[in-house]
Amino acid sequence: MIKAENISIRLGDEEILKEISTTFDRGKTNLVIGRSGSGKTVMVKCLIGLFTPDVGSIYFEDKAIKVMNENEKRILREDTGMLFQGGALFDSMNIEENVMFPLRMFSNKKRPEMLARVNEVLKRVELENVNKKFPDEISGGMKKRVSIARAIVNKPKYLFCDEPNSGLDPKTATLIDNLIQEITKENNITTVVVTHDMNSVMEIGEKIVLLKNGRIVWEGSNQEIFKTDNKDISDFVYSSDLFKKIRDIQIEEQ
Amino acid sequence: MKYLRDIGSYFIMLRKVFSSPTKGSVLRELIFKEIDDLIISSLGIVSFISFFVGGVIAIQTALNVDNPLIPKSLIGFATRQSIILEFAPTFISIIMAGKVGSFITSSIGSMRVTEQIDALEVMGVNSLNYLVFPKIIALLFYPFLIAIAMFLGIIGGLIASVYGGFTSITDFIIGIQDSFTPFHLVYAFIKTFVFAFIIATIPSWQGYYMRGGALEVGKASTNSFVWTSVLIILTNYIITQLLLS
Repeated sequence: MIKAENISIRLGDEEILKEISTTFDRGKTNLVIGRSGSGKTVMVKCLIGLFTPDVGSIYFEDKAIKVMNENEKRILREDTGMLFQGGALFDSMNIEENVMFPLRMFSNKKRPEMLARVNEVLKRVELENVNKKFPDEISGGMKKRVSIARAIVNKPKYLFCDEPNSGLDPKTATLIDNLIQEITKENNITTVVVTHDMNSVMEIGEKIVLLKNGRIVWEGSNQEIFKTDNKDISDFVYSSDLFKKIRDIQIEEQ
Repeated sequence: MKYLRDIGSYFIMLRKVFSSPTKGSVLRELIFKEIDDLIISSLGIVSFISFFVGGVIAIQTALNVDNPLIPKSLIGFATRQSIILEFAPTFISIIMAGKVGSFITSSIGSMRVTEQIDALEVMGVNSLNYLVFPKIIALLFYPFLIAIAMFLGIIGGLIASVYGGFTSITDFIIGIQDSFTPFHLVYAFIKTFVFAFIIATIPSWQGYYMRGGALEVGKASTNSFVWTSVLIILTNYIITQLLLS
């Protein structure tokens, strides 16, 4: 479980996050949604410790980051997997070395054991026979899957995904969404996904946090979206004609 | 104010480079890779430049010594002094600031732009130790490169002056042995170690703290070369003043 309590952060002259308080539960895919510039990525960067909030606290299993010593922070980071928007794979390493990297850094396993685990996670993300390829030799969707494999290879307790399906075709995007949800359930981990993709919201949004101008303006599940009369979430979700039609059909059916 | 902030961030970077070390087995591999990238891959260009510049120094000295009272061995003497005192340690370092420095800035800068450094940090890796420390260790081997530059520069001078008909082998060798002061080599290698540290850290700092996209990586590489060269020239002056005057 991850809890943000009243966090605010200012970058330059602008206050990016304002009094954010929410909880992300274990075993659920938690989504942070909002328009571009609403503060989603900054919020996740605060959660993973790349940014330090000016005000407020972030708790991992009831322990605040700001009271953790360096060793506790290091252990927490070893328990954290992150899927970056662009994949952030290491260019100088092949796929196998990329996925093996966290194991080499933090485990005392022998190379054959590490290799077995790498092959296991690559198979889990439906990638095989790519071990010796380099990141610039594979497609965007494959890069995302390699990045997921690298994020989960060390069996993390927390998984963060920044725009996991941006720039992907709808079929690959759905595949990535389903993969994230399945991995969350299988490993009972706390997953936080930043997205503005409405398909993701509808498919895997067990808990959704809507940010607007750095504030949380709505929280709920994908099931609650259709029932809520909150103007902000309605404006965001039904900004597309397709979803407006879906809503009209739902209303008609009711 | 900006310069003060930059100087501060450079020293903060240095402190972080030497803290939270990366796992030994990984670090060992990184150091060997950096020795290959930074030192071994520079051998060719350094050898080529040293040999021909050594030749040019010898020819220019010979052409400016037309007084019959001045011994021909002066050509060897002047070539040795120019190469050991200045050309090999200082000017090869400026060439290396361009070759190696730009490589360091662009590789670290590209990692910054593509969030690879963020990925390291999120995994709990001290990215500065992981990226910069192996470069500093690899550049401890930089004096070997400078020793090769000194040797080839003098050989280049010998060949150019003998085959150019300016002096004989015997006179040239007498010249390079004449009034040899071993401390000049100590001075040259002290400079080399200082320049190696500058070449490893200034470009790393430029790359690590850059912001923006691909265009800014190019700008950071240019800045890295300018600042590394300026610092090499400044420290060269200070060390010379301290050790030789």
